[in-house]
Amino acid sequence: MTTEAADSAEVAGTIAPAADPGFLQRHGGTIEYVLIPGAALAGALVVFGIFVAMFGKNPLDLYFYMYYGAFGTWFSWQNTLTRAAPLILTALCTALPAQLGMVIIGGEGALLIGALSATSAALALQGMPPLVVQIAMIIAGVIGGGLWIMLSGALRQYRGVNETISSLLLVYIALAILNHLVEGAMRDPASLNKPSTREIGAANMIGSIPGTDVHWGLVFGLIAAIAAYILIYHTVFGFAARVAGGNIRAAKIVGLGVSKLILTVCFLAGGAAGLAGMVEVAAVQGRTNANLAAGYGFTGILVAFLARQNPLAIIPVAILLGGISASGGLLQRRLGLPDASVLVLQGIIFVFVLASDALYGRIGFLKGKS
Amino acid sequence: MADGSIGLWTVPLAVLGGAIRVSTPFLFVSLGECITERSGRINLGLEGTLVMGAMSAYGISYLTGSPWLGVLAAGITGALLGALHAGICSLPRVNDVAVGIALMLFGTGLAFYLGKPLIEPTAPRLPAIDFGWWSDIPQVRAALRVNVLFLIGVALAPILYWAFRTTRWGLLIRTAGESSDAARAMGHSVLLIRLRATMVGGFLAGIGGSFLSLFYPGSWNEGLSSGQGITAVALVIFARWDPLLCLWASLAFGGAAALGPALQSVGVTSGYHLFNAAPYILTLAIMIITCSPKRTLTGAPAELSITR
Repeated sequence: MTTEAADSAEVAGTIAPAADPGFLQRHGGTIEYVLIPGAALAGALVVFGIFVAMFGKNPLDLYFYMYYGAFGTWFSWQNTLTRAAPLILTALCTALPAQLGMVIIGGEGALLIGALSATSAALALQGMPPLVVQIAMIIAGVIGGGLWIMLSGALRQYRGVNETISSLLLVYIALAILNHLVEGAMRDPASLNKPSTREIGAANMIGSIPGTDVHWGLVFGLIAAIAAYILIYHTVFGFAARVAGGNIRAAKIVGLGVSKLILTVCFLAGGAAGLAGMVEVAAVQGRTNANLAAGYGFTGILVAFLARQNPLAIIPVAILLGGISASGGLLQRRLGLPDASVLVLQGIIFVFVLASDALYGRIGFLKGKS
Repeated sequence: MADGSIGLWTVPLAVLGGAIRVSTPFLFVSLGECITERSGRINLGLEGTLVMGAMSAYGISYLTGSPWLGVLAAGITGALLGALHAGICSLPRVNDVAVGIALMLFGTGLAFYLGKPLIEPTAPRLPAIDFGWWSDIPQVRAALRVNVLFLIGVALAPILYWAFRTTRWGLLIRTAGESSDAARAMGHSVLLIRLRATMVGGFLAGIGGSFLSLFYPGSWNEGLSSGQGITAVALVIFARWDPLLCLWASLAFGGAAALGPALQSVGVTSGYHLFNAAPYILTLAIMIITCSPKRTLTGAPAELSITR
């Protein structure tokens, strides 16, 4: 796997300069951003293969079933894309604040609060036309999730509370609020074994993209990621955010409203994760219950780091990790691996990706001659 | 309720019992994290270490029949995870907070993977010492059944307090945490000091995990730890990196965590989940009260990335 990555690097290193001697100087950075995470991913797969081999499974079978379960058939592609949708949105919850130098890891909490808000909106508007209900759900989900993460941002800005820890604590608080409401005030008396809210109604579900089983949440995710990319890299607001992320003192000296930046970015970040919650309710579950805490918020953190916090890069990375989790079921059935094996692989990938940070700017042939 | 004669006293008694029982994992993780953070590095991965510790302690106790070997195994597992954290962090330009998050996911995933066959069998538990022998009331006796690990943790807090102030190792750790340049000028390797501090921190956190699976709640399942590790990391911040304050804070947290089950036992069931979230709400509240945007926290190691 690693050799394969090295080969493609060699191809880039030998052929390209012949055509254009300045190629590496100009594109070395971009190549690095693809090559290093790719090599990290390959290294993680190799280590996971060794890990699985220690339990007497054939690593080649593992790779085959992972590929087959993720991208092998149209069915698995649809499964992968369905899982990628919430991952894109929860990854934005980490990637947007990262532009400001903040590490937010509470996407799971914003997802749960977004789901609760969206469900409440739908239940309050029963009988209205579906389009009205759906738009209300989107707005409620975004505002609910947005305020949840904005709280972390406000605590950091006004009280100096570390946002990483506060956002993670808020995940557990969000889960408690969800369980409290689902087993109490919002409980559907008919849900006996699995306490849930009432259903939002089949008419209000957002349904699938025509011709597929992939729900519209994927489109929401793509739009959100592209909008986030434009916001960060092609607007004054995004530029100000990146300046503040690079040097907060410089940002203050040139008169940027840092508080406003932090609160707005955190709101948008939480809003994205809240939208993921809305999508899970309106396209998958049809109601709110503890099933929603499926870990999309935590996998989203990994997606954001693997994409190096770039909103556009989040899209392919989310599809890749959506594929890994989609293949989990097949690994369980065919190889008898426990369902936690996807978690182990994600953990190994995460460790490799972070360790690979040390490689940037150190690969000799990419440095060019200057 | 079995004994009606003590009525509502059940609640404070259960909270006291909880403070002793539930606080032990908080205590070990926070003392471990205290050592790591004093050396200038933060390890958010202790949540994963806690779960791995719980799993390996249960597994080894089941296989060997000796819960104490399980505790040792949990410590060693924790130290290895600590070494992994420190090893990756010693690479240039690697963010210790992010590595912590990664190891949190990795540790939990690995524990669930390896612990799959351990959910069914029953492993030998750690013994408890009965400090409630003088009382006839069963609730009092239950509250005062104390585990040896708790006593070790309580003893460890003042020992660490003393060690940080007076021993050579304590001074070295503090130097690395306050100014890595100074430590380097003295001819010490900051990375090595931090590696050792993170390994000791992981060792203690692993032992905290063994308490979860071998004493209270006393079994292995995937819902065993829900954020105790991360709460303990936050706890170190408002304990101002002082081992003695870590002890008091852990006790307060244990009490808060026992509030939900205690109220449930006297029939107050509404808001059960909210009371269960009490430790997290308490942590957040105390962080809001004690932090300030104007100044760095008193007692904060200057090299710590999370307070700068």
